[in-house]
Amino acid sequence: MDKPAFSAMFGTIVDNTPYMKAIGASFVGANDDGVTLRLPWRNDLVGDPETGVIASGVVTALLDNGCGMAVWDLVNEFKPIATLDLRIDYMRAAVPHRDLLVTAKCYKLTRSIGFVRGFAYEDSPDDAIAAAQSAFIIASPTLKASAQ
Amino acid sequence: MTQDIEPALIRPITPAGPEAVLRDMPFARFLGVKLALAGDELTAHLPYAPHLIGNPMIPALHGGVIGAFMEITAMAQLALSEKIDHLPKPIDVSVQYLRSGKPVETFARAIVNRVGKTVANVEVQAWQELRGEPIATLQAHFLVAPAA
Repeated sequence: MDKPAFSAMFGTIVDNTPYMKAIGASFVGANDDGVTLRLPWRNDLVGDPETGVIASGVVTALLDNGCGMAVWDLVNEFKPIATLDLRIDYMRAAVPHRDLLVTAKCYKLTRSIGFVRGFAYEDSPDDAIAAAQSAFIIASPTLKASAQ
Repeated sequence: MTQDIEPALIRPITPAGPEAVLRDMPFARFLGVKLALAGDELTAHLPYAPHLIGNPMIPALHGGVIGAFMEITAMAQLALSEKIDHLPKPIDVSVQYLRSGKPVETFARAIVNRVGKTVANVEVQAWQELRGEPIATLQAHFLVAPAA
C-alpha cells in the first residue's frame, strides 16, 4: 500500500505553526499547481489604516510559509527545511477586506536545495499582489545528526 | 531629537519620539516592534513573543516575522531620515537568512544607500545576542514619491 502523501499533514502543520495561527492562516490544498494557503483580512494586520491594505510583511510571511511547504510537498516526507533567501516583488496593494491566497510551487529539487516560485493574490495568480522567488535548504540526515 | 521627523508622517509629534512612527501601523503593533533613537541612529527592537514562532520544535522565529521586522525597520529609517510625508511602499525586497532566529529579542538597523525622486534603496541587518553575527539581511527598494 502506498503511504499517504505528506501533504495530508499540511493542514495540521499550519494549524500548529504559532505565527500562522496568530495571523489566521490556513491550508487550502496541494495539487499540480502547488501548495495553497489562505489568510482572511484582519484589522490588526493592516499596514496603512488610511487604506485598510494588509501590511506587506504579512504577505511576506504567507509567501515564505507557502514556499517552504511547496518544498515539503515535493520531498513528500518530513525533513527540516530553512529559507535561504526570499525575494518578493510587490506588484500592487492587496484589496482590503478580501481573503489573501498564496500558491507556491517547487519547480526544482536537488538533494539539498528546493527552488520555489510563489504568488499572492485574491482571485488568480495571473493577477498577483506579489510574487516570490525563494530557495530553501533541506537538512540532510548527516546535518540533522550533527545538529542533535 | 524628533525635529527632523516630518509631522505628517508621525502624526502627531509627541514626546513619544520615534515610537510614534509605528503608532499608526496596526501590523507593527501586532508584531510588537519598538524603535529606539541614539542621536539620529535608529535601532528597531522586536521583543520575543510566543506568537512569533514559526517552528515550535527548534524553536525558531518565523522567517516571515524576521522579514517583516526588517521591512518595517527600513520604512522607519526612511521616515526618520528622509523628508517623506507618507509611509514608503516596498517595491521589492530580498531577504537572506543567515541563522535561525532564536526565541529572544531581535534588533535591526537600516542603511539608506540612495534616495532618488521616486525610489529609495535600503539595506537592513537583523541580529540577536551578537551584533557581529547577523541572523538575516534585507535589501529593498521603496517607492518614496507621494501617491498621485
